[in-house]
Amino acid sequence: MKHKPSYWQEFTKGILKENPVLVALLGMCPVLGVTAFVVNGVGMGLAAAAVLIASNLVVSLLRNLIPPQVRIPCFIVVIATFVTIIEMVLEAFLPVLYEALGVFVPLIVVNCVILGRAEAFASKNKPLRAVLDGVGSGIGFTLALLLLSLVREIIGQGTILGPDPETVIHLFGADFEPMILFAQPAGAFIALGLLLAVVNSVYKRFNIK
Amino acid sequence: MEKLLSIFFIYIFIDNFVLQRFFGVCPFLGVSRKMETAIGMSMAVVFVMTMATLVTWLIYTFVLVPFNLAFLQIVAFILIIASLVQLVEIVLRKISPTLYQGLGIFLPLITTNCAVLAVALLAVRQEFSLLESVIFAIGASLGFSLALVIMAGIRERLELAEMPDVLRGSAVTLITAGILSLAFLGFKGIITL
Repeated sequence: MKHKPSYWQEFTKGILKENPVLVALLGMCPVLGVTAFVVNGVGMGLAAAAVLIASNLVVSLLRNLIPPQVRIPCFIVVIATFVTIIEMVLEAFLPVLYEALGVFVPLIVVNCVILGRAEAFASKNKPLRAVLDGVGSGIGFTLALLLLSLVREIIGQGTILGPDPETVIHLFGADFEPMILFAQPAGAFIALGLLLAVVNSVYKRFNIK
Repeated sequence: MEKLLSIFFIYIFIDNFVLQRFFGVCPFLGVSRKMETAIGMSMAVVFVMTMATLVTWLIYTFVLVPFNLAFLQIVAFILIIASLVQLVEIVLRKISPTLYQGLGIFLPLITTNCAVLAVALLAVRQEFSLLESVIFAIGASLGFSLALVIMAGIRERLELAEMPDVLRGSAVTLITAGILSLAFLGFKGIITL
């Protein structure tokens, strides 16, 4: 049998080497859709990470009970259940964030990162490994959202921690004309494209593969 | 009638599902490499999205709401879409093998196309009537197809273009999508609901 990677490797691979967004290009819809503000981007990342960890754990626990022919529908039901829970939690405790994320919260169900990890990893590994993998990929996903939303909010709005007027910090003073393009949909695509190019060259330079 | 027409055109051009709302970006990036696959995927999406919206709207209005089960919305919708895709696949294989050959491989992919679930959810959230929902689904799926086909045309040419190595592949595709999205911004404000 092949040598199993250590728990530490299981945890870290999702952050850099197999980052779900920056390397594997999965789960793009929320990445582009909610990153106009850092708060929304990170909120989305954490919500998806929570669903990912929980669904990885449950799928891994049930892996010997689920018949292989119907595994995908089973995974989807597990994921959908956790998404429903997260949606209710957000609605109850963080109504502003819930409002801002809108339809992207229920759309976590079809986030290919989560289904991908369930299919490719959790259904074949023990619960502890599955959870570590979930935490790693979740951090990787959140990190990508954080990076993109930082770029977009700083250039597109000239602020961080907006749009809430109580926490917002204006970075460049009152005279700053923000580059509105980056707050708009077109800017999301362009910013992510440039970010990927930067990530590609950094990965190449430091030989991360 | 006027409202139906404006819903139809708004979701093709102004609120384009891929370029302005970011639904279905994964298949947009995944299958836009060749014109042929882009057209196949587009047809499958138009078909499934319209059917799925019709069925989910009926189930939501006549089953989930009367029985106070609206909290099951996400689970119910995704199951309906998944089983509908299976059903379409089986029926298509029986009645039209040629069409099945063309659409076959794209159908399973559609289950995880978030645009389909997004249309179903948005139709309910915006309180569209049944007819409005169906028109909304047709418009949104045609908008998706339009973006996909344009992108496939551009990408076929990009293959041969010269560019720095780090940009090649996904980076340049996303930047192109951004420019396309910018172009679609020109339609803004032509029609309002």
